[in-house]
Amino acid sequence: MTVPCCGPKCSAFCAIISFWGIIMLALLGIFFYIEAPALAEDLPIDEDVWAAGNYNYTYVSDLYKQVAVNCWIATGLYGATFIFSCIMLKINLRSSYSSS
Amino acid sequence: MGSLYRSEEMASCQLFLQAEAAYACVSELGELGLVQFRDLNPDVNAFQRKFVNEVRRCEEMERKLRFLEKEIRKDEIPMLDTGDNPDAPAPREMIDLEATFEKLENEMKEVNANAEALKRNYLDLTELKHILRKTQTFFDEAMSDQGMTEESIVLLGEEAVKTSGQPLRLGFVAGVILRERIPPFERMLWRACRGNVFLRQTEILTPLEDPVTGDRVHKSVFIIFFQGDQLKSRVKKICEGFRATLYPCPETQAERREMSLGVTTRIEDLNTILSQTQDHRHRVLVAAAKDIKVWFIKVRKIKAVYHTLNMLNLDVTQKCLISECWCPIRDLEKIQMALRRGTERSGGSVPSILNRMETKEQPPTYNCTNKFTKVFQDIVDSYGVAGYREVNPAPFTIVSFPFLFSLMFGDAGHGTLMLLAAIAMVVFEKRILRQKSDNEIWNMFFDGRYIILLMGAFSLYAGLMYNDIFSKSINIFGSVWHPTSGEFSAEIIKTHKDLTLDPTNDTDYRGVPYPFGMDPAWQLSLNKIKWLNSFKMKISIIFGVGQMFFGVVLSLQNHRFFKDSISIFCEFLPQVIFLTCIFGYLIVLILHKWIAIDATDAGCAPSLLIGLINMFLLNYPEEPCSSRVPPGQKGLQSFLLILIILCVPWLLVLKPYILKRRYQATQQKSSSRLGTSTEDGKSAEDAIDGAIQDDSHGQYEEELNLLEIVVHQCIHTIEYCLGCISHTASYLRLWALSLAHAELSEVLWNMVFRVALKVDGYLGVISIYILFTPWACLTIAILLLMEALSAFLHTLRLHWIEFQSKFYKGDGYLFDPFSFDKIIESRADEV
Repeated sequence: MTVPCCGPKCSAFCAIISFWGIIMLALLGIFFYIEAPALAEDLPIDEDVWAAGNYNYTYVSDLYKQVAVNCWIATGLYGATFIFSCIMLKINLRSSYSSS
Repeated sequence: MGSLYRSEEMASCQLFLQAEAAYACVSELGELGLVQFRDLNPDVNAFQRKFVNEVRRCEEMERKLRFLEKEIRKDEIPMLDTGDNPDAPAPREMIDLEATFEKLENEMKEVNANAEALKRNYLDLTELKHILRKTQTFFDEAMSDQGMTEESIVLLGEEAVKTSGQPLRLGFVAGVILRERIPPFERMLWRACRGNVFLRQTEILTPLEDPVTGDRVHKSVFIIFFQGDQLKSRVKKICEGFRATLYPCPETQAERREMSLGVTTRIEDLNTILSQTQDHRHRVLVAAAKDIKVWFIKVRKIKAVYHTLNMLNLDVTQKCLISECWCPIRDLEKIQMALRRGTERSGGSVPSILNRMETKEQPPTYNCTNKFTKVFQDIVDSYGVAGYREVNPAPFTIVSFPFLFSLMFGDAGHGTLMLLAAIAMVVFEKRILRQKSDNEIWNMFFDGRYIILLMGAFSLYAGLMYNDIFSKSINIFGSVWHPTSGEFSAEIIKTHKDLTLDPTNDTDYRGVPYPFGMDPAWQLSLNKIKWLNSFKMKISIIFGVGQMFFGVVLSLQNHRFFKDSISIFCEFLPQVIFLTCIFGYLIVLILHKWIAIDATDAGCAPSLLIGLINMFLLNYPEEPCSSRVPPGQKGLQSFLLILIILCVPWLLVLKPYILKRRYQATQQKSSSRLGTSTEDGKSAEDAIDGAIQDDSHGQYEEELNLLEIVVHQCIHTIEYCLGCISHTASYLRLWALSLAHAELSEVLWNMVFRVALKVDGYLGVISIYILFTPWACLTIAILLLMEALSAFLHTLRLHWIEFQSKFYKGDGYLFDPFSFDKIIESRADEV
């Protein structure tokens, strides 16, 4: 708890990237959930499975929801990373303050 | 704060300072920072100037301060930087400062010398201690076994044993030598003494501190046994050569033990003295460290004042110093007040006088900027400093620079990131300024925080117009392309891979365009790039020609200000007509094509470039769409062509012709004046008066070098005419970089992030989590840093070359006032 495992620059960088990740992945999840056509090319569509289902829309719809959920779970993971890197930052600041 | 449109009005002034008050007045002017002194003694050697002694004393003081600073840094004592700005101290205070520094320097030197001597002593005693300890073992080995060891028997040979049978009395020397020198030392001993001496050595485990350099060195103790005086002298010489220190070592064990005890007590004593010396040194340095920054500032200010005083002239009565300087007219009041303050401070009775002079020299260019406009002014000044009172491009750059940048960088996501970074820098600017970083690159970004803020905000807007957020489009208002199931039934969709939506068909297209920016449907279409290319190229031309036209209008402002009516008629008019007839007409054609022609006529849409070329070649081919050509276009284009062709000789010939006629007229006038007065027999004085009057007039046109003017005008014409065309094409980089940026952004998404999203099932979580960070880092590195720098550079080029060449002379020099702030800032960077 007293020894930080990343230095001050590394934890600041992780904090910023995680914060960006939280916002962006949350928004991305929302856009996938509302089935935005702009993101259609990013779906993991399997041509054969889709053809077998006679190209019905429910397959695509399910995939949209699946990717949305994936994005939200990744948001949660980045949230945890953000909290972790903030704690590291605080430890770093405290140790540098106490030593100086 | 003055206006940024033109540089400030400057006045050349003469300053009369009373000798006693001169120092105080100059230091007040230094605090104010609004006066640029001119060197009135340029030919005088630095060593012959009036105040050379004072400058020398200041340099001496600076040397002492630097020495102190070095010592403080060596001990790693933090130097307090309160941000205090003390005034330049009076000359009598200088003596006090000198005395203080002298005392401190002497103390430090004394302490250092003492410390060195003590350390040397300490080293000797430590080495002696080691020797006494180690030689114990040597003697034990040598004296055991009835006094003889195997090696000594072998060394000395059989005769020794035969002849005496009792232990031989061996002489010895003991000493200490650097560990690295032992092998050559041994070899030398062996060779010189022909193997008749015996060396034992052992390492001292703890490294010892060298008193001079302070390094830690490893040494070894050695003892050399020999017999006879000759060998003794030889051994001693070799030891000297290898810089081994020899110590007297007593032979008996009892003596050695006594000596050892004595040495240990002496070492402890020395230790205490040494630590006390270090404490004293530390205390002195800590006391000095509190004030050293303030002292530095004071000494620098004194030196600066004396440098300036050296530039002044002593007048005939030796009581008063005269100087010439440039100062802004707006601030004359402030300068007068500063002079009054200075005179009061020094207790002088005679007030200092500021007298405006008329001069023919070009004054320096002074633009008052604040922290926001400073960066834009710097951008303009980097290319060339504006001439005196020329129109300053900086205020226009505040808007046009971020705007053109945003045309090339248009991505709302990247714009947001840039905006947030700039906002962070601006909000924390006081804190960051206090920290005073040394990193050049960070300082460059931090100094440009306002321009980055504007660039980010404009790019956000441009990204919304291009409908590009991290290469994805956003659908706010509902796309206007909506293929209905009547046209595209499920069967058709399933069997065809690519389908075309027809804008003339109202089942596909709603009929009104998307209200704000690009329709989001374009992101998914195959011909997105073709469509966007056409659009972006046209708007690049429109904005480019607009900026160039604005530049020509600014040149009109310059001509009007400098009352140069010839230029208005001979340069501005043909330039404007030339530009409007070619590229103004092109813009009209572009707008016509956008407004009047819709998708139903798409096959017959007029080609702009071919059309323009045909206009010049007077080539009107009979093609199938010729019925679409609006009536009268041929006539209009021919008329414009005639105008364009007329402009070239207008620009080329008219100005030199008019100037030549004027010059001839004045020559005739002055010669006729002289001629008539002598003929009429008027007094010689009148004739001379007339000649003098005309002379001062004719001074401007006296040396009218017709050839030079013609060549200059020729260059100007060619530069302008060819430049118009090439610069207009150059503005197409707005399209090119925007395309490159969009493509890079798309490729990054497809190659990095799409891979993560395409992983099926819950494994996708891991892939998204892992791949987001590299995607983010690459976005920052490639798109935000590299692309932004590239777009910045191209925008800079567009401003410097395409925009400024239309009106900017840039032949001035910067106003460089005598300012303490500037001197201390620049020295702070050095030190």
